Amino acid sequence: MSFNLAILTDNWRELLDGMVLTVLIWVAGTVLGLAIGLMVAVVQLLTNRWIAAPLNVYVAVMRGTPFLIQLFIIYYGGPFFGLDLTPMVAGVAGLALYGGAYFSEIFRAGFVSVPPGQIEAARMMGISRLAIVRHVQLPQMLVIILPALANMTVLLSKETAVLSVITVNELTSVVQSIGSTTFAFAETLLFLALVYWAFLEIVTAAARRLEKRVGRFMLRTQN
Amino acid sequence: MAEEKTPNSRPIIDVRGVWKRFGSAEVLKGIDLQIKKSEVTCIIGPSGSGKSTLLRCIAFLEEYSEGEIYIEGELLGFSLENGGRRRVSDAEVDRVRRNVGFVFQQFNLWPHMSALENVAMPLKLSRGMAREEAARRARAMLEKVGLGHRAQAYPSQLSGGQQQRVGIARALAMEPHIMLFDEPTSALDPELVGEVLQVMRDLASEGMTMAVVTHEMGFAAQVADTVMFIDHGIIAASGSPNEVFRENANPRLRQFLQNYFERNVFWQGSEGAAAP
Repeated sequence: MSFNLAILTDNWRELLDGMVLTVLIWVAGTVLGLAIGLMVAVVQLLTNRWIAAPLNVYVAVMRGTPFLIQLFIIYYGGPFFGLDLTPMVAGVAGLALYGGAYFSEIFRAGFVSVPPGQIEAARMMGISRLAIVRHVQLPQMLVIILPALANMTVLLSKETAVLSVITVNELTSVVQSIGSTTFAFAETLLFLALVYWAFLEIVTAAARRLEKRVGRFMLRTQN
Repeated sequence: MAEEKTPNSRPIIDVRGVWKRFGSAEVLKGIDLQIKKSEVTCIIGPSGSGKSTLLRCIAFLEEYSEGEIYIEGELLGFSLENGGRRRVSDAEVDRVRRNVGFVFQQFNLWPHMSALENVAMPLKLSRGMAREEAARRARAMLEKVGLGHRAQAYPSQLSGGQQQRVGIARALAMEPHIMLFDEPTSALDPELVGEVLQVMRDLASEGMTMAVVTHEMGFAAQVADTVMFIDHGIIAASGSPNEVFRENANPRLRQFLQNYFERNVFWQGSEGAAAP
């Protein structure tokens, strides 16, 4: 048995479908996760501890348990709570909830990084707390937290592979089935690794460009 | 009491029996003061005496623990109901202190915005002003503090004195009825202090009501209508500059002024200099 790249070209249709699905899950999970993370962090920032307490529990549970178990609970355990989700919906929701917990911690750190005096100044001008988040805190902290956000986004691209255990036909699942029918594990798994690596490179490059854009005002500090 | 009925003599700021505690530390211990329209009040005192805390309480940047603070006749931060007091909403706090401007020791400009945007943004966000109108007003305010030519500069491109003047322009743009200055020149290099004090002098001569926490005794002596000396959380002396700086015999005040004087004298004339 020799290294045979024809395995990949013969199955290009399935591999492409798997890759498209992986990207879809990844993008949807990340976008939803960012939204959840931002909302959780903003609520923690602006409300009292009684409202924040359940959110703290959510963050602790999502960060403290394996993603695999979370997916099992949502998909296989969901029906016991009247939550009958398709594998795809359960998978994206799971990814978003998992990512959201980490994203919220990143946003929280970002909010703290803006000096309180700037917020006092804005409050004295009668600007609402939410508008301060939007116009004073977010634009400044984005420069600081972008690398961490990009890092988490890359991690989520790899976590999409876990969705194969709840029968979502994403790339890892496709590769496994090709591998198990053709026994061409080396070719398929190498291909799989290269795809995830490509995701990393794409996110890193995008984050670099974004960092330069949102950090324009900081570059001026250095002259 | 009779004079309180005419609106012109109603104080802009009326502080009655205000206490402020941080945990078990008592920082303000029963402060009473009034600031009337167009008056300049300078608040002096040793560091840790509570003077900044008092100013921050008047702006409700700190919640005072006890007593009442009225801004143009309205109770700030609380509502009184059956013997107790209840903290009002942020929106209500904003409404009552809408006409209070605050200038910070550390400027607290927003570094991701140009000088112009720093002044214009609050006009848009809290006064609902249209973009062009806000920009026009912001430019006029920057010109007033002598920075019309630096409107596009970011805070990091401005000197400390220029940043503080932007801070003043930002507060002035909201058309406050009173301006509170919390040690506005303490973070500045000595050669930049003058330009900020000049802007404040101009403001005072235009009739702006001002309360200034400061270590600049020269400014206090020349500009203030009232000087208050705060020590250990109480107003230990208060009166005209002449009364406080020359006549008042409070030993703590005399010691404070003596320390200040010794720190700032570097040449005493030929007789003094000749002594070894």
